Amino acid sequence: MAATATATISPPCALIPYQGLRGALVSTRTFQSTKNQRQCGRAAAAPISAKFDLKPPPYPLDALEPHMSQGTMSYHWGKHHRGYVEKLNMQIVGTDLDGMSLEDIIILSYNKGDILPAFNNAAQIWNHDFFWESMVPNGGGKPSGDLLELIERDFGSFEKFSAKFRSAASTQFGSGWVWLAYKANRLNVGNASNPRPSDEDKKLVVVKSPNAVNPLVWDYLPLLTIDVWEHAYDLDFQSRRADYVSMFMEKLVSWETVSARLEMAKAQAVEREREEEKRKYEEDNKNSSNEAVEMYLDSDTEDSEVNDQM
Amino acid sequence: MALRALLTRKTLASAPRLGGAAAAASFRGLQTSSLPDLPYDYGALQPAISGEIMQLHHQKHHQAYVTNYNKALEQLHDAMGKGDAPAVVKLQSAIKFNGGGHVNHSIFWKNLAPIQEGGGEPPKGSLGWAIDDHFQSLDALVQKMNAEGAALQGSGWVWLGVDKELKKLVVETTSNQDPLVTKGPSLIPLIGIDVWEHAYYLQYKNVRPDYLKNIWKVINWKYASEVYEKECP
Repeated sequence: MAATATATISPPCALIPYQGLRGALVSTRTFQSTKNQRQCGRAAAAPISAKFDLKPPPYPLDALEPHMSQGTMSYHWGKHHRGYVEKLNMQIVGTDLDGMSLEDIIILSYNKGDILPAFNNAAQIWNHDFFWESMVPNGGGKPSGDLLELIERDFGSFEKFSAKFRSAASTQFGSGWVWLAYKANRLNVGNASNPRPSDEDKKLVVVKSPNAVNPLVWDYLPLLTIDVWEHAYDLDFQSRRADYVSMFMEKLVSWETVSARLEMAKAQAVEREREEEKRKYEEDNKNSSNEAVEMYLDSDTEDSEVNDQM
Repeated sequence: MALRALLTRKTLASAPRLGGAAAAASFRGLQTSSLPDLPYDYGALQPAISGEIMQLHHQKHHQAYVTNYNKALEQLHDAMGKGDAPAVVKLQSAIKFNGGGHVNHSIFWKNLAPIQEGGGEPPKGSLGWAIDDHFQSLDALVQKMNAEGAALQGSGWVWLGVDKELKKLVVETTSNQDPLVTKGPSLIPLIGIDVWEHAYYLQYKNVRPDYLKNIWKVINWKYASEVYEKECP
């Protein structure tokens, strides 16, 4: 089915360099209409493409007044966030990314840093969903329970954490985000693995990221974020980013949400550890049976004999 | 006019803290930078760019780059004096960012002019011909710069530059406050358009393309021509 259509684009895949994708976008529309015709021929089936929706914040747009104005919310959510959703839906239609989860699209299009076109829109959708949910009317104050304990363990005190978070926000040059994240046994390099994970490797970190990048691409588990793109604070604070960050910390952070995310993150980390242990165990076993095969190959036995023995 | 006179560079420089720091620095042989004056009123570029934006952009954003650049330079001077290599290296990003911001914005103010003073008037002479040669028309150049400026993700600048070695015009974008020279050591900026959100948000909100469309009405081609003729006589 794909044969003729894909002749016009190198595989029906989103992993094409930017210039190529511009050409491919024209082709994918052709591809999709072919798909449409065939689908219309069959009985009514699943929708042709999976579209992302613009999720509203968990409170009305004026609920964060007077700290974050309704004006800001109506542009930030109603124009910027909506724009990312609409653009991503247009970008992925008819491509391999169509039907994937948002997080999968983010990781795939991050492409280990060699960012592909869909990344900016996909990541910004996720980032903004996460941001609205990080806030609550009459928020702020201090965290409690496990979260506070972990903050005190990993930063010294809540005040030190707060200072670190604010400093990161002020030194994120240009557009970006600042995060509190749970870093579970992840080393700071690409696909290296931690050979001796311990409880101390699971810790809270403050990280900042440029433009649309988020800690999912570093395999951290995000707990809290603040948007420091200028559109997040220009209307209410103009150039005063530090005042905006203070307001966010003092009046808007939903520590309840952050705590809930921490619980999930801890469970995920434990689950991952189990899976990695299992995988290592299986690999070790596979290696020992490989050694057996090599012994046979060395003694000049034919492959078919080896297979029979296996 | 009066309002701008109240807030000239001289007034800012005579604020005790700044004056003191500048004096101490120059005593130690360190040349600090200062916020350049605008050659026009804040409101003179309306309606293309609002007076509110011009004032904030100049007095707050550009001033912050100048202040932080000077601070970083002083720290660098200290670190160099002590031979503290890690500190020297650590300061590079602050210098690049704030220094770049100061350099870029200093060019930007000269790139703009009120309509009564020639803002928006198409380039004549050698720059005009070079644009026609290279881009087929001024309109085509404008469309290209607008497209690249609109597509820029995050914060940055869109530039018309001249390669002084190859004597060629180029359109480039840079991110954050990277000056044009980061895209090529022989590139000289002729026109830079700030596409950071602070440059347009209060007036145009999220519609960056509208800002780009309108800014050409106040672009100072006379200045761009002067720079071009100097590099390509």
